[in-house]
Amino acid sequence: MSRFGSMPRRLVHLVILMFGITLVTFFLLRLIPGDPALAILGSSYTHERAVAIDSTLGLDKPIWTQYGLFLGRLSHGNLGFSFFYGQSATTVIAHHIPPTVFLIAYSAVLAALISFPIGFVAGLRRGGIVDQSSRVFFTLSFAMPAFWLGIILILIFSVHVHAFPLSGFGRGFAGHVYYLFLPALTIALGFSTVLVRSLRAATISTLQAEFVDTARMKGIRWSQVLWKHVFRNAILAVVAVYGVNLAYLISGTVLVENVFSLPGLGTLLVNSVSTRDYPVVQGVTLLFAVLIVGINLITDITQAALDPRVGQEIGA
Amino acid sequence: MSAIWAASPSELLMKAAAKASGRRRSFAYRRLPLIAGLALLTIAIAAVLLAPVLASHPPNTIDVLQPLAPPLTPGHPLGTDQFGRDIWSRILYGGRIDLAIAFGATSVTLVSGTIIGLVAGYLGGRVDAVLMRIVDLFFAFPFLVLIIAIIAMLGPSFFNVFVAIWITSWVAYARIMRAQTVVAKKQQYVLAARALGYGRLRVMFRHILPNTAAAVIIFSMVDAIGNIILAAALGFLGLGVQPPTPEWGTMIADGQNYILTAWWLTTLPGLAVVFVGVAFSLIGDGLADVLRSGDR
Amino acid sequence: MSGPAGASPDPLLTVRDLRSYLATGHGVVRAVDGVSFTVGEAEILGIVGESGCGKTVTCRTIMGLMPPGTAYSSGEVIYHPRGERSILAASQGQLQDLRGAQLAMIFQDPMTALNPVLRIGDQLLEAVNAHAKLSRADARARAIDLLTRVGIPAPARRMRDYPFQFSGGMLQRALIAIALASSPRLLLADEPTTSLDVIIQDQILSLLLKLQQDTGMSMILVSHDLAVITEVCDRIIVMYAGQVVEEGDAATIITAPRHPYTQALLDALPQAGQRGQLRSIPGAPPSLIDVPGGCRFAARCPLVTDECLTWETELLDTSGPGHRSRCLRHDEVGKAGAWQASGSA
Repeated sequence: MSRFGSMPRRLVHLVILMFGITLVTFFLLRLIPGDPALAILGSSYTHERAVAIDSTLGLDKPIWTQYGLFLGRLSHGNLGFSFFYGQSATTVIAHHIPPTVFLIAYSAVLAALISFPIGFVAGLRRGGIVDQSSRVFFTLSFAMPAFWLGIILILIFSVHVHAFPLSGFGRGFAGHVYYLFLPALTIALGFSTVLVRSLRAATISTLQAEFVDTARMKGIRWSQVLWKHVFRNAILAVVAVYGVNLAYLISGTVLVENVFSLPGLGTLLVNSVSTRDYPVVQGVTLLFAVLIVGINLITDITQAALDPRVGQEIGA
Repeated sequence: MSAIWAASPSELLMKAAAKASGRRRSFAYRRLPLIAGLALLTIAIAAVLLAPVLASHPPNTIDVLQPLAPPLTPGHPLGTDQFGRDIWSRILYGGRIDLAIAFGATSVTLVSGTIIGLVAGYLGGRVDAVLMRIVDLFFAFPFLVLIIAIIAMLGPSFFNVFVAIWITSWVAYARIMRAQTVVAKKQQYVLAARALGYGRLRVMFRHILPNTAAAVIIFSMVDAIGNIILAAALGFLGLGVQPPTPEWGTMIADGQNYILTAWWLTTLPGLAVVFVGVAFSLIGDGLADVLRSGDR
Repeated sequence: MSGPAGASPDPLLTVRDLRSYLATGHGVVRAVDGVSFTVGEAEILGIVGESGCGKTVTCRTIMGLMPPGTAYSSGEVIYHPRGERSILAASQGQLQDLRGAQLAMIFQDPMTALNPVLRIGDQLLEAVNAHAKLSRADARARAIDLLTRVGIPAPARRMRDYPFQFSGGMLQRALIAIALASSPRLLLADEPTTSLDVIIQDQILSLLLKLQQDTGMSMILVSHDLAVITEVCDRIIVMYAGQVVEEGDAATIITAPRHPYTQALLDALPQAGQRGQLRSIPGAPPSLIDVPGGCRFAARCPLVTDECLTWETELLDTSGPGHRSRCLRHDEVGKAGAWQASGSA
């Protein structure tokens, strides 16, 4: 695998993937059984309004032309027109991005803060108190649906103990951190189960590696061995898992936003379903897919930075 | 961080032997999660199947006299909701919906995904490339978001939940099965079958499939948890069954409004989901453990 | 049981009745079951035996590198320059002091013996700085000097490389450099050439020999390959099933072995001009969990008698000075007819 060829090849892959994503989201609209205009207008159906909707959605043209138009509009950042809000879908969607992105990043950080120490210690002292209790705790929390866990956390920490607010996004960075603590914690707990298990296994297997013995043999402090050699290598296995699960957990944000009434993309998506605001549904779906591709990219880059062997393969 | 030291050879033997027998005992404990999980699941399935027998009231009967009764009220072991409907009965009947979705959706996607993966892996070439590109594409979307989008288009209903899951969930099975098939293709028993002149279909289904099914079956356990939680989540968002049909997710959502005064409305159905989720989780863990340790 | 007599150099390390047991789910594995030997100053001791005989566990137990939850040990390991107390039960701090600066070890597979995500230079500097307070420039100079001494070309440039960019032979040289960074007085080399190809093996062995002569340090060389051992070592101990079965100086053991197992190992060495099948030892070593009573080699021994099966074995003095064997019939070993007709020298 030459240092030369890998980067361009990955970019090509990425472009093909993006095209595929647009194709899928485009075809979502075609799933509507019957007449979309009828579904949107409901009781306020008139022939003129239907025709107007048809042309806005581009439904009156042959299918490949529609796709071409769709792509064309996309390249200008135009995601269509929101029937419910009466504005460009892009504007509506853009307003809802910050809470979601903040929540995802916050959850990612919290998950690392929770699971890295626990996973590492569980692996170091196998069968110890941290290991056993964390296993029980996380088996339970894994089975809890994110939205229910969120409600329980609200019950305990907002209702009974007035420590955190019930809902909302808050103002300013500090406000966000405060308001989003419970939602981020909800997501992070679900996430952490896999991370703890993964880091624990990686720690156990790294401890048996011969280079750990070489390090010990030098006569350096055990803490240095643990950090520079054991942790530094165990964490590699977790990064890949981290990325994959973070992408998976984006689904969780949709539910959590709902529970905590956060004005993010998830809430927008669900509301748009009930209001039959199809362009917005389409646009949000597209955006989520792009988000996932972005997260995977970040994961790959992080892996390359941490592991020189991977770095060489990617040609980074 | 070095070996434990003993003062004499006899003390050494004693200490080591004590530790060794401790190790032997923990081997036996490994089976516990699997058994516990199966037990819990059986209880859950039995309970919902026997709902008409076990429920104290028909699930939709409104009792105007006793709205928001707390648990342990006589006649309503788990309390009632804002319409006076018995929560215990609604949980039992609601369970039918969620478990039906879990089993119904999982089994269909298990079969469809497995077949597609098998075909892709075995035929290779163009077919494989195209099918796997499609799989990759689906994986680029957050699962729930895609399902919500599909239900948005089709309209929320019990049946459409199935359809949405059928359209999206087969990809994981396809990916796993394809990887297994690609490896299996090169094994002796497959080469022998082909040398004997067996047709492709026969080789795929009667030779490769039985030998590689284990991985997808284990995954289906994990998938089942996901589908139950998914079913509840869709209900929670109002995208599944519509009221007044009881379902765990919708119950949780409805109960949210009463969280300050009647916590049991939202908490108890959630516990039901957790109960089934823990069951599958234990089974999945147990199965993985059993296979990893080689089932001695 | 006293230590071996008549070792002419001053003793550097004395191991007395060392036992190392592993507690597993299948029972207690008696990996090292009563091993004693001495290593003198500037002496090279060879430990030879087949896989599983306990030679690696012996070295790891001496260094304190056995897995903590599973390994139990007893006996004494005395490092004389630091007094007469056993280091086996030493505290963490004491062990840290000893490791690197007094005792060092290199391991079998160089490909896995180095941290894959750190540069070679960083790992070497870590060793250099472990027991000395040097300025950055001085530490770096010492590192480059070490790399040069072990024969790595362009050391300044290669310090910035990662382990995956080195070949097996180069990695082993780097490991030797790391082991020598704090000028230890005793180097334990566990199968240092086993995973390398034959030509590199030779180079590494010559390197070790040269370094030993230059620094005057002692060495314990462990191998299953008797040819490797005989090239380099002053004295040899032969291990089987967790015990020492023969010990003495190298020349005597090779020419006049006094234990059937040693004889069999020698016979198994391919000879130049030899015809016919290679001779191997029939059978397999006994279980280390259910250790048989009596002599542990009895099941495979051509000289076995009924007495061997019940004898509480111990090392017996033989005709040569400092040459002992764990065999009742040690004076009959090597006589024609004792093994199958051998054409060995």
